[in-house]
Formats: sequence, C-alpha cells, structure tokens
Amino acid sequence: MSAAEAVEANGAQEKILNIENVSLSFGGVKAIRDVSFDVMKGEIRAIIGPNGAGKTSMLNVINGFYHPQEGSITYKGETRQDMRPYIAASQGIARTFQNVALFRGMSTLDNIMTGRSLKMNSNLFWHLWRWGPAENEELDHREFVEHIIGFLEIEAIRKTPVGRLPYGLQKRVELGRALAMEPDLLLLDEPMAGMNLEEKEDMSRFVLDVSAQFGTTIALIEHDMGVVMDLSDRVVVLDYGQKIADGTPDEVRKDQNVIDAYLGETH
Amino acid sequence: MELLYGIFVDPFVQMWEFPDLLVQVLWEGFVSGTLYALIALGFVLIFKASGVFNFAQGIMVVFGALSLVGLYAFGVPAYLALILSIAIMGVLAYSVERVVLRPLVNQEPIILFMATIGLNYFLIGLGEMIFGGEPKTMITEELGLPKGAWDFEMLGGFVSIQRIDAAAAIIAGILVGGLAIFFNKTRIGRALRAVADDHQAALSVGISLNQIWRIVWFAAGIVALATGIMWGARSDVSFALSIVALKALPVLILGGFTSIPGAIIGGLIIGFSEKLAEFYWGPLVGGSIESWFPYFLALIFLWFRPQGLFGEKIIDRV
Repeated sequence: MSAAEAVEANGAQEKILNIENVSLSFGGVKAIRDVSFDVMKGEIRAIIGPNGAGKTSMLNVINGFYHPQEGSITYKGETRQDMRPYIAASQGIARTFQNVALFRGMSTLDNIMTGRSLKMNSNLFWHLWRWGPAENEELDHREFVEHIIGFLEIEAIRKTPVGRLPYGLQKRVELGRALAMEPDLLLLDEPMAGMNLEEKEDMSRFVLDVSAQFGTTIALIEHDMGVVMDLSDRVVVLDYGQKIADGTPDEVRKDQNVIDAYLGETH
Repeated sequence: MELLYGIFVDPFVQMWEFPDLLVQVLWEGFVSGTLYALIALGFVLIFKASGVFNFAQGIMVVFGALSLVGLYAFGVPAYLALILSIAIMGVLAYSVERVVLRPLVNQEPIILFMATIGLNYFLIGLGEMIFGGEPKTMITEELGLPKGAWDFEMLGGFVSIQRIDAAAAIIAGILVGGLAIFFNKTRIGRALRAVADDHQAALSVGISLNQIWRIVWFAAGIVALATGIMWGARSDVSFALSIVALKALPVLILGGFTSIPGAIIGGLIIGFSEKLAEFYWGPLVGGSIESWFPYFLALIFLWFRPQGLFGEKIIDRV
C-alpha cells in the first residue's frame, strides 16, 4: 500500500508505462524472463539489480532498440508488442546511455540541439536555404537549448567539442540532449556511473530538479544504493532477468530475496 | 647524374623559364582537382552516413550521364531530360535505401561493401539494357554549356582555357560549396553528423536513419550526375567513365574518409600533382604517369598519416 501512497503524494495516479510479461532472449540467452512492472506519471522509478540482471536490456526494450519475443508494452494508453526507436522518441521517451553516447565531433550546443530534431517541423525546402520559417525556428530552438544549458550549469562549455570534456560533464551534456526533447518519460542508464562524490551529488540534484520543475517521469538504472534509496519513489529489482522485488526503497531494502541476490552478493 | 638532374633540377628550371606553360598545367590540375573533389564528396557523404565505401559511386556517374544522353536520344528535350535524370537519381537513392541498406542494417561494413559491389554490376546491366553499351556523345551544346577556348597572352606565351573546363570548375565549385554548407549548417547536416558519430544515440533522439540515408544517397546521385556531365563532355559517355571515379580513392586517402574539407583539399592536391607530375616528370619515364601517380602519392602518404589530413581517427573499414 505504501507504494501507492508514495505515488499519490506525487500527485499522480496514472500509469504512463506498463510492462507486461516481457521476455527477451538472444539466441539461447534469456536476458529478461516474464517481467512486469509499471511506471506512474511523475514518479522517479529505479531499476536495480546485479550485473547482467537485464536492466539495460529492459531500457532498450522500452525505447525500442530491442524487440521482446513475448509480452507487451503499454505507453500512454497504447499497447504494443514492441517499440520502435523513432516512435519512442516522437512519443516523448528520451534516454541516456550507460557508456556515454554523444556525438563526439560536435560541440555541446550542437549535441543538445540534436535533441530538438523532432521538434523542428518546417519544410526541408526552407532548411536548404535557411530562410523564412527555418531561420526563426532555428532561433527558437536555440533559445530553448540555452535554457537547458543554464539549467545544467554548463554555459562555459557551450562551444567545446564534447570529446574533449571530462566524463562527468559528458554525462551532463547527454542529460541535456535528452531534456531538449522535452520528454514525458526520461530513461537514465546509470547516470552516476564512474563519477566522484561531488559529481554524483550534482547529478542527483539535477535529477530531482528535472522531476520537480518539469514534472518529467524518470526511470533510472543505478548501482549506487545510497543514491537509489534517496532519489527514487519506487524500486524494481531484477536478478538473472527475473523480477525479484518491487516496492518503495524501504520495502525493497528489507526484502529477503533482494538481500540474498543483491546485497548478499557484495559480502 | 643526368637522372638526378632530370628529377631535381630540370623541371624547376622549365617552370621558371616557361611560366606560361606552368600556368596552363596548373589550370588543368585545378579543373581535374575540382572534379575529383566532387566525386570524393559523394563517397564521403555516404561513408559518413552509412559507414560503407560505396563501390557503385563510379557506375552512378555513368548511369547519371547515360540517363541524360539516353533520354535525349529518345526525343526528350535537353533540360527536361536533365530534370528527369535528377529524378532518376532520386528514385535510385530511394530504392537503394529500401532494398539494400534497410534490410542490411547493423551488418558488418564488409557486407554492405559487398552489397554496393552487387549494386555496381546491377546498374551496369540495367544501363546497358536500357540505353545500350556503345559510347555516346554528351549533349554539351543542348544543355547550354560553352565550347571553344579562350586564349590569353601572358607571361611571354599563350595560356589556353577550354570554356567547358571553366564551366566544369565553376559548377563543381558551386556544388562542392553548396553541399559543404548544407551538411555543415542545416538541421539535416547536424543529423548527418550525428548519425556518423553514433547510430544508437541518433536513433534515441528521433533522427530517422532511413531519411538521412535517402538524402545522402540522393546528394551522392546528383554529384554523380554532375560529374558524369562534365567528364562526359571532355571525353565520351561510356562505361569506362566509372574508372574516373576510382581517382577518388587517393583523394580520400589524402583527405580522410570522413571529412568534407578533406575531400575538397585532397581533390585539389591530387589534381595539381598529377598534372604537374605528368608534364614535368612524366617524360623521364616515357609519359603516362598521370593514371598511376595519384595512387603512388596516396601510398606514400599512408606511411605518414593513415587517417588522412583531416580524418578524425584511424579508419578500420574498407
């Protein structure tokens, strides 16, 4: 019951995403076995589990990189057997990657501008000449991107090619690119991996701010248990591709299956 | 001793004593260079977007030129034939994306490369079937391209500039510049660079790979058509033209497979150097070094900068 209360406290009862009985295998390897869980509108939902538990595969299923053999994905009330990346992106699902996937040759600004790709509607013809609607549009989007740059406090690296940035900042730029899509559902694949304490604190603050200021629903994978317990409203735990627990951080922390599979492993 | 003199001294003495000839040679190098840059650009665009070395680029040059000449021979007015040829290149780009690239997405680059070899032979067959295999004359005059030559008296001699060459250099320059601006400054250009850097990330922000592939192959098709017209006007429109496109290889080795400025500068370097080498050093070995000198130059260049002048990283493909 407490899970539902936590969600209610956030002022949302609506399911934005519902994963039902999803199974995914690559040849003989079963990456995900019959997993079901939901994500409520406005909440921060964590997906945790030991290495190889199928967390990233799950995100890839949600944004359409992987197509599950069984099960269904209901997003914004529409049920599909599988997603496609283009549909996911155009329906408001944005994501970041475990190993930063930025456009390394481009500047911070250009990287974040690519997040506006789907918001740019004006005719290709105008873009050929950069006249009329295309020019105004470019300026509007530039303004929006400047907001994000301000929000993430990366003004100083606006023009720097991202390949040259330290890892922590690259992760921040990647978050910026996802935010530029004005997502309804933001998928973060280990947003704090490889960061030092200060960078982790910054990133946690940004995640909470995104949730509070933009009301974005966030599903994140994270290894740092402290971070997960502080940030998330509800946690789903995967192990060997199966769901072993689902609930508030406190519930999950006390769950014997989780202690055995996850926390037990570290001892 | 005589050989060393012939290599290291005599050519420069000649350049100094007959500057008009030097200007003539440099001009011809410039014209070839702009056309090489144009061809190389077609390769670079496709390589950036789909990570494949398009073996069929050469035959696309022939196919474009053949469609134009062939349509004219069927009684279509010249300008309409030109527009239709552009449309044919568009259909070709669309079909390649739909039939070749999309089913092979995520395959090894070598498999895509094999597919372009297949495309190459398919287009040869299709071209011969529709338009016949015999060499044809480019409809230079009907398209309003100039003929004849300007003769300038300068530097104590004459420099002769073929008007068709001047037109070729100008058109190639406009196309190269236009494409460079298009792919650097527009939304599509940003999307192309995004696709070149990271397919998955590009997909995650909603960039459509299929759309980018179609645009890039269409751009490469237009480039091929323009090259076909210009080169066809200087010789004949025949399947041998596709050899010209292979000159893009040394250009790409010099400039880097992923760099648009690299293609432009590499093209000019190859153009200038092959004409200079042919004219001043060719006689030492009995001439005709023009056809292999660029490859030789590229080979030497590979020792020092395998990623090319502007290449971002060592390319592990092709």
